[in-house]
Amino acid sequence: MSSDAMGPEVPPIQLLDASGVLQENDRTTEFLPVIEALSDEMLQRFHRDMVLTRRFDDEAGNLQRQGQLALWVPSHGQEGAQVGSAHASRPQDHIFPSYREHAVGLVRGIDPVDVIRLLRGTTHGGWDPVEKQNFHLYTLVIGSQTLHATGYAMGITIDGEYATGDPERDQAVVTYFGDGATSQGDVNEAMVFAASFQTPELFFLQNNQWAISVPVSTQSRTPLVRRGEGFGIPSTQIDGNDVLASYAVTLRDLDAARAGDGPRFIEALTYRIGAHTTSDDPTKYRTHAETQSWIARDPITRFEAFLRSRGEGDAFFLEVEAEALDLAEDVRKRTLALERPPVELMFDHVYSEAHPRIDEQKEWLKNYEASFGDSL
Amino acid sequence: MQDDPRVLMMGEDIGTLGGVFRVTEGLKSEFGAKRVIDTPLAESGIVGTAIGLAMHGFRPVCEIQFDGFIFPGFDQITSQLAKLTNRHEGTQSMPVVIRVPYGGHIGAVEHHQESPEAYFAHTAGLRSVSPSTPHDAYWMIQEAIRSNDPVMFFEPKSRYWPKGQVDFTAPGVPLHASRVVRLGTEVTVLGHGAMVSVLLQAAEIAAEEGISLEVVDLRSLSPVDYGPILESVRKTGRLVIAQEAPGNVSVGSEIAATVSQKAFYSLEAPVLRVSGFDAPFPPAKLESVYLPDADRVLEAVDRALAY
Repeated sequence: MSSDAMGPEVPPIQLLDASGVLQENDRTTEFLPVIEALSDEMLQRFHRDMVLTRRFDDEAGNLQRQGQLALWVPSHGQEGAQVGSAHASRPQDHIFPSYREHAVGLVRGIDPVDVIRLLRGTTHGGWDPVEKQNFHLYTLVIGSQTLHATGYAMGITIDGEYATGDPERDQAVVTYFGDGATSQGDVNEAMVFAASFQTPELFFLQNNQWAISVPVSTQSRTPLVRRGEGFGIPSTQIDGNDVLASYAVTLRDLDAARAGDGPRFIEALTYRIGAHTTSDDPTKYRTHAETQSWIARDPITRFEAFLRSRGEGDAFFLEVEAEALDLAEDVRKRTLALERPPVELMFDHVYSEAHPRIDEQKEWLKNYEASFGDSL
Repeated sequence: MQDDPRVLMMGEDIGTLGGVFRVTEGLKSEFGAKRVIDTPLAESGIVGTAIGLAMHGFRPVCEIQFDGFIFPGFDQITSQLAKLTNRHEGTQSMPVVIRVPYGGHIGAVEHHQESPEAYFAHTAGLRSVSPSTPHDAYWMIQEAIRSNDPVMFFEPKSRYWPKGQVDFTAPGVPLHASRVVRLGTEVTVLGHGAMVSVLLQAAEIAAEEGISLEVVDLRSLSPVDYGPILESVRKTGRLVIAQEAPGNVSVGSEIAATVSQKAFYSLEAPVLRVSGFDAPFPPAKLESVYLPDADRVLEAVDRALAY
């Protein structure tokens, strides 16, 4: 099929260009009232959350380089897509992340050190989603969480917890995944189920251009936004480094999902400025010029320019910088204080109910360790 | 489903058709399409969405249409379903049942006669069981649904047709309890699912020849209930384990090792295994040769008695 047969390319929705100028045109008209309705405090919050996440992310990377973490998964560059979409969700919504959504987690109230615990090897989870505004655990098998999200959203439809017209009660689900994940069977099955059962759900794809070393062109010959359309899911491509576009389009799509209009799909075009993980070396597969071209489109720089154009002064930005430094220092201090979990953690939650083999092995290990007496 | 409105059925063709084996026949008309869900044709999707439904407070019961079709769902079962309670450090239980019609004797094509239970018995976080009679199936499926842990419920599909008495008097049958189904004195023969009827047939033949076999129905593959097995072996001193699955790294292998260790001084002979061969399940015209029958069980009994 030629690209003509699939219709012309439409540019992504962009509300702030790379220099931070608000875009007023036919495609942004529907979103501008939403932006105008945002309070100064909310706009400040967007900036603050992006800066705090980036500083936390840098600090975690430093901790890894100093041997304090086995691995770190940087989010640098993707803060706009994450902070905007996270603020568009409501407290009653459920979020099913992949493993790079540090900004979404921070917005939903997780302790950043709990993410560090996962990478420091003291837990496979880190928090109870029920206590953290329904921000579910990171999932490391690529794309698996999209099916859990769809199942959860099917549950919402069965229980009728949507489309009641009450925005304080109606629920929706957001699942995050990356460009590499779009090739996984689970992501495709999740979209099949979501479309079949018309779930109140948003598939939020962060296309950061690289699945470790493999470019997005190896995952798809067509823009990934068309994957959503192919399943009959209304889909929108946005500038993922534009926090306002991410906020406004996610808000629209989640409102539609909560109202019972079925699933939605957003492809946020962004870029992973750092490595896939600290074990990765991106200089082996991508050019300096490409990275620089995306640094020029940085989400924080452009939003700061936008805020300054609205009259925000140095005092606010300095205050956020100071807060970010405090956060980094606190994260570092508490990371170094993390202790090895008790040995029983291996056994205690394998099953919810008693299990003879687990009990036997736990007991055996206890006696084995005790057999060394005090010499341990 | 009457007792608990949070119980859901989901799978391919289970609603309007009632499942390819008609196990769920009539449930959709009784409980509606929201509780008896005809899913798209995707096993990973079935298990993965069941996980999400369980997170939402439901108790999903999934049907995998045939044993050999479980593998597209293997990742969601072993990497997600089995591990999620552990990943959540206990704050999230996973009350999901995966029903799997399994095993041979039905003359079907490739992927329709397999016994994949060892993969799941090997996986921490899952419970695996297999009833051999209508009575056990009636009670054990209810226990499986009541369990807050994921349960792999292996249904020996060749046993869908033979009828049997069901005693509806509670408390019925627990989920993990092996049981002596025929008393004997000389050799213990042990199996699960459809193999139990083969063992009973072998015991009849052996009795005519003056050999007394004690038959144990394993019922639970993980965890294994070793109490009645060890008691029987300590009495007879000999154990033959029979299974349809290939013998290499199988449920029978684990039981043989454990019994050898725990009943070592009672054993008069090594524990012997009678299994499917370590070859793919053959075309149907060869299945009677591949699957252990009473003769192969009795051959092993003779070998055990020769020590």
